Amino acid sequence: MPEDSILEVRGLRKVYRVRASRADPGPAGSALLGHPLARRQRARALVAVDDVSFSVAPGQSLAVVGESGSGKTTVARMVVGLERPTGGTIWVSGQERSWRHVTSRERRRRAREVQIIFQDPYSSLDPRMSVRGCLDESLRLHFDWGRERRDARVAELLDQVGLDRRQAESLPRALSGGQRQRVAIARALASEPRVLICDEAVASLDVSIQAQVLNLLSDIRDATGVSYLFISHDLAVVRQVSDNVVIMRRGRVVEAGPTASVLSDPSNGYTKQLLAAIPRPGWKPTRSASPDES
Amino acid sequence: MSVLEIDHLAVDLPVEGVLRRVLHDVTLPIAPGEAVGLVGESGAGKSMVSRAVIRLLPEGAAVHGDIRYAGDSVLAMGRPALRHFRTHDVAMIFQDPRAHINPVRTVGDFLVEALVERGERRESATTTVTALLASVGVSDPERRFRQFPHELSGGLLQRVMIAAALAVSPTLLLADEPTTALDVTTQSDVMVILDARRRERGLAMLFVTHDLELAAAVCDRIAVLYAGLLIEDVPTGDLRRDLRHPYTAGLLASRPDPVSPRRRLAAIPGRPLSAFEIGPGCPFAPRCPFAVARCLSERPELRDLDTGRVACHRAEELRGQLLSIATPGAASA
Repeated sequence: MPEDSILEVRGLRKVYRVRASRADPGPAGSALLGHPLARRQRARALVAVDDVSFSVAPGQSLAVVGESGSGKTTVARMVVGLERPTGGTIWVSGQERSWRHVTSRERRRRAREVQIIFQDPYSSLDPRMSVRGCLDESLRLHFDWGRERRDARVAELLDQVGLDRRQAESLPRALSGGQRQRVAIARALASEPRVLICDEAVASLDVSIQAQVLNLLSDIRDATGVSYLFISHDLAVVRQVSDNVVIMRRGRVVEAGPTASVLSDPSNGYTKQLLAAIPRPGWKPTRSASPDES
Repeated sequence: MSVLEIDHLAVDLPVEGVLRRVLHDVTLPIAPGEAVGLVGESGAGKSMVSRAVIRLLPEGAAVHGDIRYAGDSVLAMGRPALRHFRTHDVAMIFQDPRAHINPVRTVGDFLVEALVERGERRESATTTVTALLASVGVSDPERRFRQFPHELSGGLLQRVMIAAALAVSPTLLLADEPTTALDVTTQSDVMVILDARRRERGLAMLFVTHDLELAAAVCDRIAVLYAGLLIEDVPTGDLRRDLRHPYTAGLLASRPDPVSPRRRLAAIPGRPLSAFEIGPGCPFAPRCPFAVARCLSERPELRDLDTGRVACHRAEELRGQLLSIATPGAASA
């Protein structure tokens, strides 16, 4: 892999076995209905991610954009290690991530490199753990530090994400959606990762809060030099946070390049459709060219 | 004369046995054929307004003020009148079609339900509805008719809901975040259809959404709700050209643009408040960069200002300045 990238993905592929739907009986046909083997026979392959490649330079931000079913979240989950790729290779800091015999020690090492923020801050935090407890746990896991040093780091993390000290003792239920997402960001930053994956991290936030979190993410990048892998369906948000962009549709990359040029002059028809569909000043809805789906 | 008049509407909902205010004061008239976008962030009470209009509020809700449809109070309607109102005059499109369409009946059953309920024969109802399905861009309507909701995608199912809403030939459409659960390209498709069918039938619409730009694209007027209070009501054409309320200006400035060069977003500090949390003054005052002492102590009335209405003590003096916070370049976070 090229030396200058912090994250490199080549030919990434993920295939799921799914039960065939009624409309799509699969190769087994109907002859086996009722047979004990029928269920297995009716499984079919769903290619969620198909030959996806990209690389992220240190301190750079790459956005992976697509609609539901595009495979963008599956890509994120494979990079962070929550899903095992069917094929392809992922390198982080020049080291290949193998999926064989991964010890817990190795998992922890990987977690120090890549962290993730999920979409829904209501389900991604432990409801019984205070903000301080949540951050402290991550620090204890990754560093061999004494109490004092961890406390100082917790205070620093809270500062960095714009939470005040008294919120450190709160449980998630006492916090608003925007505040919870700040906690999730602080927790991800605790291990000092090289790559931070934001999986639709601002999609469920109110517009006024979304702007705050987007500004926060850009401040954090300036301050820490962390790289972002930003997963989103929203090209307007992507314009705000990324240097490069990969547009995905049905598991495949349809267009890739610098964000500014892809958005100002898209060459792929689907990218144009996506761009045309975003409400903005003077916008009127138009029919997309896509045929009526079922 | 308005087709719908929401008149000083206030709503309390029971929370753990205690009534809690979710709407303070909403006065909003809608003229025949007019589309009004009701915009607000979470907790502003926008869904409460549309649900109050069709009297779908949770049990135990206390409603104050009045809602009049063609001059008749909806709140005073008895059961037969309410039933007639819901099956003839008004139709609602909900956010999540999967949660609002019976999953164990066919799409066809769902579509003809209201018409059959009204006493129409099933055959003629089927003919009406099949034509409607085609008009909302659903291909092969006969096949869809026999399918179950789980066999249709979200975008297709939302079009089915629109067809069902149009089937009763209402005069007023209530659309509560009708495209929020959809992908952006699907949202665009569904909005084209909704907008075209509404215009050709001359339907009035209350369009509830969190997306100011989306509302501006299909509505004649924009009404902005904040913490259960209507704070601005403005013709869509003036929304951006003539900013009158700091919150509306802040909302416009918060949203990034996909095409224009990147700039730091002018984020509104703090978080949106819920109706029960606000103090005696202007609900937006704690987050407002222009707030003065009076804003914290005295709640501004919604008053006429040129082509619209606004609830801000400083609306007149701020009119020229607000443009700067909603314009690229002049940023403060």
